[in-house]
Amino acid sequence: MKAPATVSRRRFLARALGAGGAFALSGCDALSQTQWFPKVLATGETLTRTVQQLIAPRRAMAQEFGEADLSPGFRSNGTSMPANAKYLALAANGFVDYRLEVGGLVEKPASLSLAELRALPSRTQITRHDCVEGWSAIGKWKGVKLSALLETVRPKPEARYVMFYCADPMEQDGTSPYYESIDMDDAFHPQTILAYDLNDTTLPIPNGAPIRLRVERQLGYKHAKYVMRIELVQSFDRIAGGKGGYWEDQGYEWWAGI
Amino acid sequence: MSSSPSIQPPGGRQTDAPRRGSYLYYRHTLPVRVMHWINVIALTILLLSGLNIFSAHPALYWGQSSYSGRPPVFQIGARENEDDDVIGVTRIFGHEFVTTGVLGASTDADGDVMPRTFPSWLTVPGDRWLAMARRWHFFFAWVFVINGLAYVAYSIISRHITRDLLPTGNDWRSIGRSIIDHLRFKHPTGEAAKRYNVLQKLAYLSVIFVLLPLAILMGFAMSPTLNSLIPGWVDLFGGRQSARTIHFIVAWLLVAFVLVHVFEVIISGFWNHLRSMITGRYAIDTEVRK
Repeated sequence: MKAPATVSRRRFLARALGAGGAFALSGCDALSQTQWFPKVLATGETLTRTVQQLIAPRRAMAQEFGEADLSPGFRSNGTSMPANAKYLALAANGFVDYRLEVGGLVEKPASLSLAELRALPSRTQITRHDCVEGWSAIGKWKGVKLSALLETVRPKPEARYVMFYCADPMEQDGTSPYYESIDMDDAFHPQTILAYDLNDTTLPIPNGAPIRLRVERQLGYKHAKYVMRIELVQSFDRIAGGKGGYWEDQGYEWWAGI
Repeated sequence: MSSSPSIQPPGGRQTDAPRRGSYLYYRHTLPVRVMHWINVIALTILLLSGLNIFSAHPALYWGQSSYSGRPPVFQIGARENEDDDVIGVTRIFGHEFVTTGVLGASTDADGDVMPRTFPSWLTVPGDRWLAMARRWHFFFAWVFVINGLAYVAYSIISRHITRDLLPTGNDWRSIGRSIIDHLRFKHPTGEAAKRYNVLQKLAYLSVIFVLLPLAILMGFAMSPTLNSLIPGWVDLFGGRQSARTIHFIVAWLLVAFVLVHVFEVIISGFWNHLRSMITGRYAIDTEVRK
């Protein structure tokens, strides 16, 4: 019996569906490689940032925990020992020669030793660190309130972002130092601190000694370790890859709120 | 084109219509059809990009943190056996299963078995690429959320929910009958096929009002910024890592729903159902069947 035309048409359609599925998946890969399509996808990030900043009050506090919740041994991720001769020399000496440079769009640039940083108003908080990879760890952080530090250097009105330049090179050849940036709202948030202690001891090198940023309502890669220099800027378009951070230059979101 | 009832296969399956003894019934309105297919695309990409994101840390935990001293409840990984072959392993509550080929290790483009959480054909992008997978995921998350809100608003205003989805008293009384019919792969025909059956209604309602909102909520629970809205709200679900686990389980429950949904579509008249979700028109048999 000759198969009716409809049957072969259906068979064709069914095969087309299967082929279409495979094509669509390889199409997703091809689109990911274009210049323009990831930019279309990135509109989702802009929307997320806009809505999150709209609904979450900029003073809303991240959840804090108790001593019982502390993770045994806070995980070190990314760099655990910066391959940087200058840094290693500072570390060998217990960071007594370390100076945090604070400059850029400020009235009174400063250079502070660890002792001077410890003398500024501090905050202690037990918070959950959420990595972009998906894991979380809970640690007790003590550090200088970034707001207190910024008040001593007096930001100029045109300053919009705080840049953090770090000691750890991200390339094997010692180039591409890690860096990050946050906006002024996050910079003056009460939980934003430059931590020098972790779990009641001096911040260990694998976790970012001598100081690391804590910006509790964003993902882990915003929490720059080994911070050497702080600069207030109006725009980060001309800094490194122009996206405001090492991982941002690799395609991660500047707004790491989700 | 032949369309006589004589080519109709046995077993009460419906075939192409229109033909004698049937008429086309306008079943799905245009907004429902458009939103259905947007949802198909969005959920597919959310699943496949989600699996890529999961691959960045292929372990699930219960509680607030991943480092609580307790091992993960679920983990996918790879190791080498005595012959130095790469084998994929999946651990569930400490029980280890070898899952080479699918989970933990699968063949790459050159045919070699490589450590890889999910096969590349199951992820978007195909290779492990967290930054790009997140872009896909969050863009289509917005598509999905906006589409879903539009669907709920439309379904309330047009009374789609009350008229078509809420089980009636008769439905509840016939639930036992409906379960038996489903187990025998028997489906309503004739005028009865115009309405969703009770199990179908319950399946759709639980997906629309339980599973999908739960997936969104657990996505929110993973956001450190949204955590700060009401500090501690994530604890209601066991903590952030529990929320990630629930998000993952809900994703697979949705896959299970889709498999059953597509299976039911296939066995109860694939082309008729497919046409009705494209053109809106569904063929109703007027001949009485025994």
